Parts: sequence; structure tokens; C-alpha cells
Amino acid sequence: MENEKKLEQFQGKIDANIKIEPKDWMPEKYRQTLIRQISQHAHSEIIGMQPEGNWLTRAPSLRAKKILMAKIQDEAGHGLYLYCAAETLGVKREQFLEWLHEGKAKYSSVFNYPTLTWADMGAVGWLVDGAAIVNQVSLQGTSYGPYARAMVKICMEESFHQRQGFEIMVELAKGTKEQKQMAQDALNRWWWPSIMMFGPHDSESAHSNQSLKWKIKRASNDELRQSYIDKTIEQGHHLGLTFPDPNLKFNETTKHYDYSPIDWDEFWNVVKGNGAGNKLRLKHHIKAHEDGKWVREAAKSYSKKMNLSKKIA
Amino acid sequence: MSSDDQGILWEVFIQVKAGRPYKHIGSLHAYDKEMAMKSARDLYTRRNEGNGIWIVKAEDIISSEASDGEAFFDPSNDKVYRHPTFYKIPDGVKHI
Amino acid sequence: MKNELIDYCLRLGDSSLILSHRIAEYCSKAPILEEDLAITNVGLDLLGQAENFLTYAAELKGDTTADLLTFKRREGDFRCLHLVQTPNTDFAFILARQFLMDCYHQILFSKLISSEDETILGISKKAIKEVNYHLDRSNDWIKRLGLGTTESNERLQNAVNDLWMYTDELFIDNSTDIAMNKNKIAPLSSNLKSDWLEMVESALKFSEIKIPQEIRYSLRYGKDGFHTEYLGFILAEMQHLPLLYPDATW
Repeated sequence: MENEKKLEQFQGKIDANIKIEPKDWMPEKYRQTLIRQISQHAHSEIIGMQPEGNWLTRAPSLRAKKILMAKIQDEAGHGLYLYCAAETLGVKREQFLEWLHEGKAKYSSVFNYPTLTWADMGAVGWLVDGAAIVNQVSLQGTSYGPYARAMVKICMEESFHQRQGFEIMVELAKGTKEQKQMAQDALNRWWWPSIMMFGPHDSESAHSNQSLKWKIKRASNDELRQSYIDKTIEQGHHLGLTFPDPNLKFNETTKHYDYSPIDWDEFWNVVKGNGAGNKLRLKHHIKAHEDGKWVREAAKSYSKKMNLSKKIA
Repeated sequence: MSSDDQGILWEVFIQVKAGRPYKHIGSLHAYDKEMAMKSARDLYTRRNEGNGIWIVKAEDIISSEASDGEAFFDPSNDKVYRHPTFYKIPDGVKHI
Repeated sequence: MKNELIDYCLRLGDSSLILSHRIAEYCSKAPILEEDLAITNVGLDLLGQAENFLTYAAELKGDTTADLLTFKRREGDFRCLHLVQTPNTDFAFILARQFLMDCYHQILFSKLISSEDETILGISKKAIKEVNYHLDRSNDWIKRLGLGTTESNERLQNAVNDLWMYTDELFIDNSTDIAMNKNKIAPLSSNLKSDWLEMVESALKFSEIKIPQEIRYSLRYGKDGFHTEYLGFILAEMQHLPLLYPDATW
């Protein structure tokens, strides 16, 4: 009875667009959904450093090198904001990392694809970040305060990411024949994975309805996907490149672009761990974590010693 | 449970410009206060957002409980006389 | 004199460039996320310094750019110190290398801010602020590792032992140093040594790290265009795209 009343009050706050804060009462399922979603989001930022880090030492100009380095650093920062937001729900960062390493927590599958050429730095920035931004802009209105605040900060910082990606595509598209080919090849490889980033269709999505009702999510997978496709196609036309989908066509009735059916077999295959990078990305993260263990122990032990000596003195 | 240790959780407050109030900007992990301060600088002022930084251990923050929120905050709801717009000032009187 | 000035700018620019490259390699591998961000800031500062010095070198040379100097120059024309070429091993090594360079940069730039060359003076004024912070940060870590645990102390000691021989080069004067000093553009490298030693020794001793024996391990150095075997691989990676697509701009 008590719980039902609390639940009603809780929904009332959500409906009135009042943010939920860490110490407020919340349904256990709301907490669990947030823990899963925010940490997954954080892991994605952190794992997402790797495919771009892959080209950091090979960036072909000083300018490109600086920008890429700052961008990967931002991703580390965004992961950090999100881990901290997730921690307000009562789970420590140690635990999140453990779940990631044990394979219990997921990250966005798109980062399991390899970055094969420099043009991938363009395509990842333009398409993958472009898709992520559509999602993040919508999440600025999420109902959980710490998550919403992290999103506002992330969106402010992300705005340069997509631009840097698009700029690389522009440079390549107007460059030599080989460069243009490189750009087209990257678009071919990243287009479908970027579309799949929005997750399964609304009809297939396990968590969608409740998340929308609680305003954890503010728009459905398909709505976000459509808005991403609509704006990206216009941008692609400026590049003079072709999207790898013969059925991409503006629909006068819906005022949106139609697209081919998505290859969900591939999507689930990558989610389940059969992508080119799944093992690699996780192994890289685990190795860094294990290599750093003695450093963390040293820092902790030093801090204890310092506190002790202060108390004596 | 994990034996790993990611350090202490700290809350970070940034003053954007001299004279402005310090505002909470986010959190971070660090093992000691020097590291916390430097990480705050590297993390939260890398776009030149900061003039001053405060850091405090998250565990040292005393926060009002959500459950007693009503008893705690409602009594000041009706004290409109604390707000300047409560007062009627004759037209033409300036700088008050 | 102009050639020596170019040579000197290349030394400063290339050393920061290659150290920044080593930091870039470490990206996403730090012991804690906060440290990943922090060390990247150092890498970005160094890259900025490299760009400034290489831009000046390019201006003096004429008919080239900082990018061309970075991506189309041959190994023998690089002037980076051996110390920055050493490959990353563990965090103690990366950190110790950084600390030794930070001390060197701090002492060097604090002299270069009174250089009679306007451009070097300008670049150094910006750089000294960055370097002071780098040193503050790496100095903290020297303490944490030196006084942390037995393992961290051992690892730091090993790193310092391995790196020590490369510090020799920092204080050897070649003809460029002599010309720079004569024209009041830069101090003699040998003049930096006692300050550097004092700074490094006091930090290491405080952190219970022993100072290794001085060894002169080479008579030919990076600043003279003779490099470690590591540099070739760094350049092969760094220059790969511009060399593979010579007609392309990026």
C-alpha cells in the first residue's frame, strides 16, 4: 500500500518533469534500469577511445593529431562524468569495471568494428558520433538529475566531435582519387553499424516502454534513428558520396527518408561477441586495468602514509 | 566484491570568474588531495572554464534528506517578505 | 648562425613531438581514468610546443612547413633527444621519463624566457607555464611511487636506472649550443646540469630512490642526428600516410 502510494507520487513527479535526485525514493526497477543504461553508456565512451586511439600515432597532420588527441580525451572525460553519475545510484566504479570485464555489462557494439583507414576517423566522427549525439541530445531531458546534468555537459563538449569527423570527410572527398575512394569505403563500412546504434526496432525492444514512461528515455529507438538518418543524408549529399543503401529515398508522405531493412542477424552477432573487435577491445581494457593495479595500490598506500604522518606531526 | 580500489570520490566546485560563486560541476576519483586538485583541473577546466576550484570528499558532504524535504523546506514557502518583490515602492523612487 | 638556430629549434620541437608521440601511444592504457585525461593534457601541451618550434624552424628555413618537417623529413635530420625516444614499458618508466624531461624543460625554459630571440622568447613564455604544471604533476607521482609500496618503489628505481644513461645527452654541448650561447639565444646545455641534478636528486632522494652512477654511454647523440633504433619505428608509423600518398593533402 505504502509502496503503491510512493509509486504514484514518483510517477507524478516524472509527469510534472521534476528531476529525480539520488536521495529521492525511486522504484527498484528504475534504479536498476539507470544503473544498466548509464554504465553501458560510460563503458561505450571508454571502449570508444580504442578504435580512434588506433590512429592517433598515424594522424597525417599536426592539426589532425591535436584534434584527435583532444577528442579521445573528451571521450575519457565523458566516460568519467557518466561513471560518476552512475555511482550516485549506489554502485561503485570498481564494480562497474568488474561487470564490464566479466562480460556482464555491455557497451555499444559499434566500437567492435575495426578502424582500417584514416577515413574511418572521419566516418566515426561524422556517423558514429553523429548518431550518438542524436541520442544524447534527447537524453538531456532524462528524468534522473545526475544523468541529465552529465548529458548537458557532454552535449556541449561533443559538438566539435562530429564537425571534426565531417571535416575529415570533406577533405578526403575533395582530395585525390585514392582519398575519395578511402572516404567512400569508410562510409560503406560505417553506415549500417551507425544505424544499428539506436538498437532494435521499437516493436522488438525489451525495455523501451517502461523507460519512456519513466522518462529515462525521451524518444523511441525508431524515432531517434529516423531523425539521424534524415539529417545525415543531407550532409552526405554535400560530400558527393553514395550511401550503401539503394532504397534510401525521401518519402513525400511521411516527410522522412525510407531505408532498407536492417540486417539484424549481423547486429545480434556483434552484440553477442562475434564482432571483429569484441575480444580485442575487452582484452585491451582488462590489460590496462591489470597493469595499473600496482599503481593504484601505491597511490592508496602513499595517501595512507601521508595521513598517518600528518596525525603524528 | 572487487578488491580493486579506484580511490576516493571527490566533488568538484568551479568558480568561472573572479567574484562569482563556486558551483558544483561534477565528481572524480583520486587517492589524495593533490591528485584530486590536479585531476579537477585536467578534467573540468580543460576548456578554460575555471578561475578557481574547490574540492571536497563526497563523504564529507552533509546533504538534506529527501524524505524530510517537506518539513525542511516548506516553512520558508510562505515567507514572501524575504523577497524584494514583496514590497510596494511608490513610482519614481529609484535605486532601491 | 641561422643554421644553428634552425638546428636548435628542431631539437626543441622534435623532442616535444616524439615525447608527445609516446604519450599518444599510452592513450587508453592509464591505471585510472583520471590519469588518462591528465597525461593526455601533457601530450597536447607538448604537441603544441612542437608545432610552435617547428613552425619557427620552417620559417627560418623557408619553403617548408611544420607539417612537412614532421611528416616528410628523414630520420637523420631529426634532432630529438634519445631520452624521449625510449619505448613505453610500465607506468613507472613513463612517469620517470616524463619527470626527467619536465625538470629539464623547466630549467631550460626558465632560461629561454630571457632569450634575445623574440620568437623563442615568446614560445618559451607560454611553454614555461605548461611545463611548471607538468613538473608539479610528475613530481607528485614520483612521491606516490617512491613512497607507495615496495613494488612501486622497485619499479620506479628500475625505471630511473634504465633511463639514467640517456640524461647524459641533455647536458652535452655541441656546436649548436655554442653558437646559441654566443648569440644570447640560449644557455649552454652544460650550464643546466647542476640545477637539473639538484632538482632531480632532491626529489628522488625524498622518494627513497637511489641516484644511479653517471655513465657516458654514447659519443653521438640525437641532437647531432644520430638516433636510437627506436626512432625509425616511430617515424615509420607517424609518417606512414603522407609517405604512402605523396600527392595528397590532409
